[in-house]
Amino acid sequence: MDDTIATIIAAAAPLIYATMGETIAEKAGVINLSLDGSIMLSAMAGFALTYITGSVIVGFLAATAVSAVIAALIAFASIELKLNQIAVGFVLTLLATKLSSFLGTAYVGVKGTHVPHLAIPGLSDMPFVGTVLFNHNLSVYGSYVVLIGTYLFLYRTRRGLELQGIGERPEAAFARGIAVNRLRYIYTVIGGALVGLAGAAYSLDVKFGWRENLTLNFGWIALAIVIFGGWHPVRVAFGCYLFGTLQVVALKLQPVEALQGVSQILPIMPFVLMIFTLLIVYLDWFRRFGDRHPAWRRLLASDPPAGIGRVFERE
Amino acid sequence: MSLELRDIHKHFGRVRANDGVTLRVEAGELHGLLGENGAGKSTLMKVLSGFIEPDSGTISLDETTLQMRSPRDAIAAGIGMLHQDPLVFLPFSVLDNFLLGSPPIDRDSARGELDRLAADFGFSFDPDAPARTLTVGERQQLEIVRLLWLGAKVLILDEPTTGISATQQSLLFEALRTLAGQGMIVIFVSHKLEEIEVLCDRVTVMRRGRTVGEATLPVAIDTLVEMMFGEAVAVTGRPPGVRGGPALRLDGIAADDRLTRLEDLTLEVRAGEVLGLAGLEGSGQRTLLRACAGLLATTAGTIEVGDRDVTKRDYHQRLAAGVHYLPAGRLEEGLIRGLTITEHFQLASGSNRFLVPWADARGDAEKRIAKHSIKGASDTTAEALSGGNQQRLLLAMVPPDVKVLLMEHPTRGLDIASADWVWGQLIQRVEAGTAVVFASADLDELLRYSDRIVVFFAGRVFKMLDASTADADQLGHLIGGRDVA
Repeated sequence: MDDTIATIIAAAAPLIYATMGETIAEKAGVINLSLDGSIMLSAMAGFALTYITGSVIVGFLAATAVSAVIAALIAFASIELKLNQIAVGFVLTLLATKLSSFLGTAYVGVKGTHVPHLAIPGLSDMPFVGTVLFNHNLSVYGSYVVLIGTYLFLYRTRRGLELQGIGERPEAAFARGIAVNRLRYIYTVIGGALVGLAGAAYSLDVKFGWRENLTLNFGWIALAIVIFGGWHPVRVAFGCYLFGTLQVVALKLQPVEALQGVSQILPIMPFVLMIFTLLIVYLDWFRRFGDRHPAWRRLLASDPPAGIGRVFERE
Repeated sequence: MSLELRDIHKHFGRVRANDGVTLRVEAGELHGLLGENGAGKSTLMKVLSGFIEPDSGTISLDETTLQMRSPRDAIAAGIGMLHQDPLVFLPFSVLDNFLLGSPPIDRDSARGELDRLAADFGFSFDPDAPARTLTVGERQQLEIVRLLWLGAKVLILDEPTTGISATQQSLLFEALRTLAGQGMIVIFVSHKLEEIEVLCDRVTVMRRGRTVGEATLPVAIDTLVEMMFGEAVAVTGRPPGVRGGPALRLDGIAADDRLTRLEDLTLEVRAGEVLGLAGLEGSGQRTLLRACAGLLATTAGTIEVGDRDVTKRDYHQRLAAGVHYLPAGRLEEGLIRGLTITEHFQLASGSNRFLVPWADARGDAEKRIAKHSIKGASDTTAEALSGGNQQRLLLAMVPPDVKVLLMEHPTRGLDIASADWVWGQLIQRVEAGTAVVFASADLDELLRYSDRIVVFFAGRVFKMLDASTADADQLGHLIGGRDVA
């Protein structure tokens, strides 16, 4: 049981990176729809650079840089060229995905370097918690830091409040003397960098190695989880672990005799169930339940940042 | 301290919003900026607060020229603006709204500052409540307190009385007088003469992007009207009409829109009658209008139009029965952003033809634009029209033979000329036998145009008045829930 939960935590780590990055960008008002492609190209770049240099650190840096550049392109297209974020993000998804196949051919099936494992001294000896949380590869610990850091930054710091302000009502933020578009650039790029970490966490750990379409669909599911989580890091993280659970369950069910007939569709079931959960959460019933029980409202509320996807332009 | 704006120019496309405006205001002065919609008042104030960069012109405070590139510079110079729609973040708490953009301070001290400043002016809000639960008036109060805390010496208020209650308005005016008394510069932007008259010391009048005159108050109203419009506009009253049979009859209806609960309401409006609905915002007027329009289900009672029972009929069926509703949110609920005037007329035509004959449609639209004197072309989109012209378009889309016309704030935000035009249209329809039921917060409008006035208080009919014998003072008290008769 402990091991299963530990597997779930590890499987969800890349999604934590990606969803936190996307949450930051969307909270600032910019939708980075390129996630699926960004993660894929970062995964390829991270694996390739680690293979070439032998350093996992260089791999992670490369992955970060790739997705940050893609995010910067989206910010530029949206802020300077006033292009539609959805359209630009979609095109970049396709481009990055194909680019990863093209550039990654040489690295398919080669043996690379894995993210090192580290059982945290002391903490990992605790019963249950030690195994579940503190006996992992380094990239998993990074996901904790990013998750907690995102939460604290958004809700406990002045800069985090500003970030929410520029995504919620850019005019009002501008009237308060905040440089809306400059901050949107910064947060979109930071968010993109985190998305890049997700790619490297796949190719150097969770789905170790490189092959074409290694991380296919994980970007889309990350986008869905951000919506499911109502743009709140803790709820978003819950979504990631829920998806991780579904994945591990599907994996465990694969060898079951009785399910051999459906073994083809088992791997995609977590995606389907996750989207289904998302629809359920958005049923009007939940909203009304929240209206009746204010204590639950905070947890169930899922209003998108009001200024999301909207270009801010001063008159 | 004195503030001077010199020769400000700002154009948007081909429109010269400010065409060489000069304005001078002294410390301790409550200065009114008067002009009809589209005169350039808001643009000028946005320039002063750094929100808009002017094409040319200078701003100086205390004889020092200010370099204003953004609101940040304006705040640093001590200039703060309360926008018409207060720029607060609705999901954030009051305290977070107060803190956002402020110099570093810890939350507890900020909470103390907020309480102290609010208490100074008799405002009160819960610092942890989300701003969306605040009324428009309270959002303004929050913004005022915030701007003062940031060190504003010049406070600009853009049409602040739109959408706030009478109590909040008197609280606001009191606060502004106090601030001016302390030596601040207060600039009060309005198109309402009465407000400028009761509040301000001096007034500057704008017309078509220019300042056309200044006066120290009190001054004859005709002088100001003439400055605003170029000539005195005669405001038409309403001649007593001819009444027909019952047009709309409500019998013991109840409805609940989650904000206001209406109970056991019985009313009759006759053809050719104008019924005014008075009351504080949210006392039941809107609930009643929406229930009559078929946009809100009634839980008890019956609604009849003419002699047809329409209680169980939905909005579209009631439209067919001759009940039309024009909501206060003209652009939000009434018109469609991005669609042109021609397209609006075609949508409202009810025609079932598969293809739209665009050439004819444009010709038809142009005729109707001329007939309803809408300032816009057949290919102007709804959001590009001014508030007055949006209302004209909405009225133009209502067929001439409707039985009941329900209107929510028919002239809110309109200048005198547009308001007068709207009522001219309504009176024509009333004379042709339409029954008009309208909600308004403007006491003069209620008294001038209604035959009878229903005063709502907390979801109930508090009092029914004959408009010809009522006066503003009595009506004001009734709206506040006090029957002094």
